[in-house]
Amino acid sequence: MSPIATHIETASENSYIIYFGDRNSALITPAVSASIAAFAEQVKLEFGYRLVDLVASYASLLVIYDTMHCDHIWAKSTLRKLLTKPPKHHKNASALIKLPVYYSTQYGPELPLIARNSGLSVAQVIDIHSSTQYRVYAIGFAPGFAYLGEVDERLATSRLATPRLKVPAGAVAIADRQTAVYPAASPGGWNLIGLCPTPMFNANKQPHMPVSVGDIVQFFPIDEPQYLALGGVLHEL
Amino acid sequence: MSFKVLQPGLLSLLQDLGRFGQHAIGLTTGGPLDNEAFLWANRLLHNTPNACAIEVSFGGLQLLAQTHSYICVTGASLDLTINGVTKALWTSHKVLAGDEIKLGYSSQGCRSYLAIAGGVTIKPSFGSSATVMREKIGGLDSMGGEKLATNDVLPCNTVVKLPRQSLAQNHWPLYGQDAATLRLLPGYQYNQFDSGTQARFFHGCYKVTDRSDRMGMRLEGPAVACSSEQMLSEGICLGAVQVPADGQPIVLLKDRQTIGGYPKMGAIMARDTATLAQLRPGAMVRFEAVDLYQAHTINTLAQHKYDATPMLHLKD
Repeated sequence: MSPIATHIETASENSYIIYFGDRNSALITPAVSASIAAFAEQVKLEFGYRLVDLVASYASLLVIYDTMHCDHIWAKSTLRKLLTKPPKHHKNASALIKLPVYYSTQYGPELPLIARNSGLSVAQVIDIHSSTQYRVYAIGFAPGFAYLGEVDERLATSRLATPRLKVPAGAVAIADRQTAVYPAASPGGWNLIGLCPTPMFNANKQPHMPVSVGDIVQFFPIDEPQYLALGGVLHEL
Repeated sequence: MSFKVLQPGLLSLLQDLGRFGQHAIGLTTGGPLDNEAFLWANRLLHNTPNACAIEVSFGGLQLLAQTHSYICVTGASLDLTINGVTKALWTSHKVLAGDEIKLGYSSQGCRSYLAIAGGVTIKPSFGSSATVMREKIGGLDSMGGEKLATNDVLPCNTVVKLPRQSLAQNHWPLYGQDAATLRLLPGYQYNQFDSGTQARFFHGCYKVTDRSDRMGMRLEGPAVACSSEQMLSEGICLGAVQVPADGQPIVLLKDRQTIGGYPKMGAIMARDTATLAQLRPGAMVRFEAVDLYQAHTINTLAQHKYDATPMLHLKD
């Protein structure tokens, strides 16, 4: 396997972001994802008490360090040193998690837009979205928000120019080639296509989430009565 | 041993310094929007820096002491009274069981901090008592993420004797300006904005809008959209300046999302997020580029100044 190109960029006064892979190709592969996970483990060990937090994503790792315990020069040279080490690979078995979705033009107002852009019917969009298996590439944005990839090229749709101030809990959405279920009501700029009744985050229950990074997720369509029977709630948008 | 909330005001939240090491499950940090004012409230009471205190946005909080203790209010200017008698800000005050503490509405700045001797003694969730309403985490009911409400009971220790301290007024931060300069470290996608857009960003004046909250401050001014189209979602740090397709920057604060996919100019210094959070809608800001060496020097000097600032010792 050929080594993956990396690039360190300043993020803030106490964080660097390391990009993996060719930035221009917006490469999303399980191999890149696995390299990031392995690198994150090395950073944890090497930074130790100097580490404040890490955010792993599709093709990047944000490393936040404690400026009371190290400076940016140490942080950057340590990251450089770790990046030259041969990558270790974790072999994690991926679980397949199936999640129900009530696809609806009423509760998923961008469903017709995606159909129009792609020249497909709404039924075809639903069929493509629910027949694809997605990898959990990252968790973030909000508690339990799992970034799933990759969405079929035909359904890729840019984020809204102005984010919605409130997206309801359970909203299933697409942004570019990513898809996700909003675990709680929040502002958001993704294109809404339906609702999922399965809670994506529960602070009082272990595990807190039905999925973790590296899992495989597949959606299956349900209708409104099934959605309600599974505990789903209908919100006005 | 407690304080009872008589009036919560517009938005009063229990906060400690924040929730760290939980980004892996998507939890943000929370914590005080103005770290310096928060730290002073605890320091003047001899509390540990991370003691749980109340962030009061725009004032209006009223408490009833149900035990003997000491309190201190810092941050935005407002009228503080104990049993109707005006008391100084940035000063620790003795309170007795039955005393009523009232905060008026803030006249300069908008975030105040009320700390209690020994801190509010609540059970942390995910390692912190910081309230993040959007996540429904932290606060009085650790899994509630609720703002304070009338009749809430805030548990604390009884403190009968504590040396009182005060911060001399010449050391108080200035609040209530209608303009500020925010120091930004160019980073993230900075180089993907074309040079004309970069220049427009640093030369432009941006207005603080009322569509702002603890998650982010939405600004309004010269549009600075990024030419590159699709990007992958990535980790977002405190102070990151993200630019959606409409070109209007959003500065991300303590309750920011941990991951997002809008292009970013970089991030403003953490201490300048506090300056920004004290501004009211209508205030104007501009951005100034600094590098990591300048930021390091600014932060080191500020830390030394904080450590070396003398406190006045007061009698009971």
